[in-house]
Amino acid sequence: MELLLPAVLNGLTTGAIYAVVALGLTLIYGVLHIVNFAHGSLLMLALYAVYFLHAATGIDPYAALPILAVGFFALGYVIQRLVVQPVSHGKDQNILMATLGIAIVIDNGALALWSSNTRTIDLPYAFDVVEVLGAFIPLPKAIGFFAALGIAGVLWIAIQRTDLGRAIRAVAKERQGARLVGIRVEHIYAMCFGLGTACVAAAACLLLPTFYVTPQVGYAFVLVAFTTVVLGGMGSFPGALVGGLLLGVVEAVAGLYLGESLGQIGIFVIFILVLLFRPTGLFGAKAA
Amino acid sequence: MTKTLNRRAVLAGATAVAGTIAAPAIVGAQQAPIRIGLLHPVTGALAREGSQCREGALLAIEHINAAGGIKSLGGARIEAVLADAQSRPEAGAAEVDKLHEAGVVAIQGPFASGIALATTQAAARHNLAHLVDVGVVDTIVTRGLSNTFRFGPGFGAITRAALDNLVRLNDGAGKPVQTVMVIHEDSAFGSGMARLMNEELPKRGFQVVETIGHPSPQRDFTNIALRVRQARPDLLIPSNYLNEFILMARTLQQQRISVKGIYAVLGGAASNIRFVREHNEAAQHIMDCNHWYDPRKPQSQAFAAGLAAKSIDLTYETMLNYANMQVLADALERAASRDRARVIEALASSTFNDHIMPYGPTKFENGQNTGAQAVNTQIIGQRIEVIFPAAFASATPVFPVPSRG
Amino acid sequence: MSRALGWLMLAAALAIPQVSGSSAWLTFWITTLLFAYLGQAWNVLAGYGGQFSFGHAAFFGTGAYIAAILQVRYGVNPWIAGLGGVAGGGIVGAAIGWVSFRYGLRGSYFALVTLAFAEVFRVLANAVAITGGGQGLLIPLKPGVEHFQFVDRASFYYLLVALVVSGVLIARWLEASRFGAWLVAVRENEDAARALGIRVFRVKLAAIALSAAMAGTAGVVYAQLFLYLDAGVAYGGHVSVEALLGPIVGGLGTALGPVVGAILLHGLGEAAKGVVGATPGLNLVLYGVVLVIMLRFLPNGVVGWLKRWGQR
Repeated sequence: MELLLPAVLNGLTTGAIYAVVALGLTLIYGVLHIVNFAHGSLLMLALYAVYFLHAATGIDPYAALPILAVGFFALGYVIQRLVVQPVSHGKDQNILMATLGIAIVIDNGALALWSSNTRTIDLPYAFDVVEVLGAFIPLPKAIGFFAALGIAGVLWIAIQRTDLGRAIRAVAKERQGARLVGIRVEHIYAMCFGLGTACVAAAACLLLPTFYVTPQVGYAFVLVAFTTVVLGGMGSFPGALVGGLLLGVVEAVAGLYLGESLGQIGIFVIFILVLLFRPTGLFGAKAA
Repeated sequence: MTKTLNRRAVLAGATAVAGTIAAPAIVGAQQAPIRIGLLHPVTGALAREGSQCREGALLAIEHINAAGGIKSLGGARIEAVLADAQSRPEAGAAEVDKLHEAGVVAIQGPFASGIALATTQAAARHNLAHLVDVGVVDTIVTRGLSNTFRFGPGFGAITRAALDNLVRLNDGAGKPVQTVMVIHEDSAFGSGMARLMNEELPKRGFQVVETIGHPSPQRDFTNIALRVRQARPDLLIPSNYLNEFILMARTLQQQRISVKGIYAVLGGAASNIRFVREHNEAAQHIMDCNHWYDPRKPQSQAFAAGLAAKSIDLTYETMLNYANMQVLADALERAASRDRARVIEALASSTFNDHIMPYGPTKFENGQNTGAQAVNTQIIGQRIEVIFPAAFASATPVFPVPSRG
Repeated sequence: MSRALGWLMLAAALAIPQVSGSSAWLTFWITTLLFAYLGQAWNVLAGYGGQFSFGHAAFFGTGAYIAAILQVRYGVNPWIAGLGGVAGGGIVGAAIGWVSFRYGLRGSYFALVTLAFAEVFRVLANAVAITGGGQGLLIPLKPGVEHFQFVDRASFYYLLVALVVSGVLIARWLEASRFGAWLVAVRENEDAARALGIRVFRVKLAAIALSAAMAGTAGVVYAQLFLYLDAGVAYGGHVSVEALLGPIVGGLGTALGPVVGAILLHGLGEAAKGVVGATPGLNLVLYGVVLVIMLRFLPNGVVGWLKRWGQR
């Protein structure tokens, strides 16, 4: 029992990162209705961006967050406008294949350019801890947790309160209708892809201080992100946040009691059960 | 000299049309170069390990050619034909067929055991000598394939050495370690290791208090660190790959966990100089039982200098591949022939001793080099020192390690 | 038009071992045809039935593991073990189909649930003892037809040609039969199909069982070819991706699409290696770029494009 509390707290900090990755995925899914297979690869690319920015300028990953978020927003926008959209021809399977093709290019491009070496950064405060109820929470994880909450909040306000947000919601609900009232649907698609990619950049900034980057690193997070999105309800922001936190905790507790190897099954079992019995997720409104 | 398999060579089965990339043949070499297939997983999940392997073998070829090539064949140079196993057995096996078409006289590779099981079998169909560089699973050499040779030690030999040396280490320090916790990745090598440790450690007077498996990749080690804190073992025995090892070591440091020693067996990072450089504090005093070279041999110094000049990390993958190529070159020298059967014969009768590994003269029995052994290393300061066996030791062990306070 | 293409391809296939006895050449065709057949399996469910699976590895891996386990652990003759693998693949497919369709999963929900099942199988295969756990399963080398291990590469090749032809015939049967018409009706509009009196659930279930048995067959052949399995090899995500790449590039819901797609993609993979040289990864970058460009200009796949072109 004495392990349970630290495990839960740690699960929450890990889950917060899952939530930020999933926020991006759920935004893209909610509006474009596509499963973005390049999401993990974009996360990997963002981790390299954080790494090289730190190596070149010494800039702190947290300070780099706004810069990278803007840069990756632009990247996502361009990918949607110049690659995904022209390839789609209105077919879901083509969009899926396009994101798969992008993933292949990014993964192997990273391998060719930066080799397969594992890279990490060492921050002076990486080993500082915050003591919460007798548990040691590494400072970078604590920062990540609160930053993730902040990011989710900002996104939620942006979607609820701004014109862009209203347009996004309109397109998500009824794309033909949105087009009729003068919303540039293609632009909104690209904005969503851009925002989703910016989320990934933010997650990378929060993750790298306690993690590493290799060309394959994205795969460690893709399935968890999918699960989070399904758990929370595809397209739902509060769902992604709660889903991410919940999944972090489930993973930590299942790992503790079932062992880390079988503990992974916990995630997939939840995934399958939610898909079967409540495919709209915890917060989803509309059935498929 | 390097070249890659290209499509035409594959489709036409022609060897002459394949394009040479890198440096052209050195003028003066009258003999056609001797082609050797370097088959490693340079893309996919094992890309890092595979690339390190490739670099080690290429450096050896460079050194061998610079020293005059294969003299019994008129100073013929060795030419590497590079192939990518893509971290998948079927891709590796397909590359073997292409290497065969490209006219190689032997194949060296492919790092992983699972791939090696497929590639050695494919090479056997062409009666092509296959030196297995790392792949520690023992069935690779016990299947009765006469073309298959493993210069390095297998799983059985490594774990035996790991256990024996642990007992010696512990006895020498007055038996500070009684309880042990095993942390392993859950694929072939880690789970095999864990099972063996659970069988053998109790016979040697250690109590295994807990065994924890984890997948690769494992995203977070906090749980495992918490369990270490609760179980309070004297010693941790991890068997996992580089990324997980780094995360584990950093998490243990973050969670302020102090044990009397970390004793890795085939540890992913404990014998990796980059880890030592980049995470010196977390890496300090970690011991490993692993493949390692004999740093005192003159060839070893040439090898280390060669790697440093190319800024390639010094890892066991580079060492084993360098040494395997040395073994192969010696066999070619004695075979004085490009004939595949003769090369296999020459390998089988090898007594080669001029390599960089701490093995003594080579002697293959059913393809396994019986002199091969793993050594114990420890990270001390900025260096990876050999601490066991005494005959090769470059430092005395720091054990039990000073508490992390 | 596509009938002529089919005969042409069969003639070419039979000529392939005559072109060159080179084993690399044959190995290339053996792997290509194996994945062409796996693609056809996927095509039966996705192309004709409209149910996109991301988890065909679950069926492929089950077929492979059952064949291997029966012969290694229980001494069953490999041919009979292979039949067990085919049946096992089909049963797992039917079971996954039953739960998924029972609960009305469609579109990306169905895709994700199959992905999750494949992952569960991968984790389990890595953890339980009968599969050899993480150490994998090695089928002993016993060359001989009676052991389903041909000494001669060409025999394996002809076996695969026969398999691929059978796959094409299954697809052709779908195009001509009543069952196929039901299946296509379900793909086009489930509710309308139901209104016409088609028993949608049964049709989908039959389609996934057929598709999964075919994928299981591919797994059995893989096991006999490479004689080694581990969880990543059998249930890895790349298997599921291989299954869907070929049909989409070649032409979804066409009998020859998966075959054309597999040949094109594997040929492209080899060509990319030849073009870019030794830097790890560059060949796959080129592969990915060409893949995206193909999708851009051939949205209906190669066979789809040929058909339109033929109609002009």
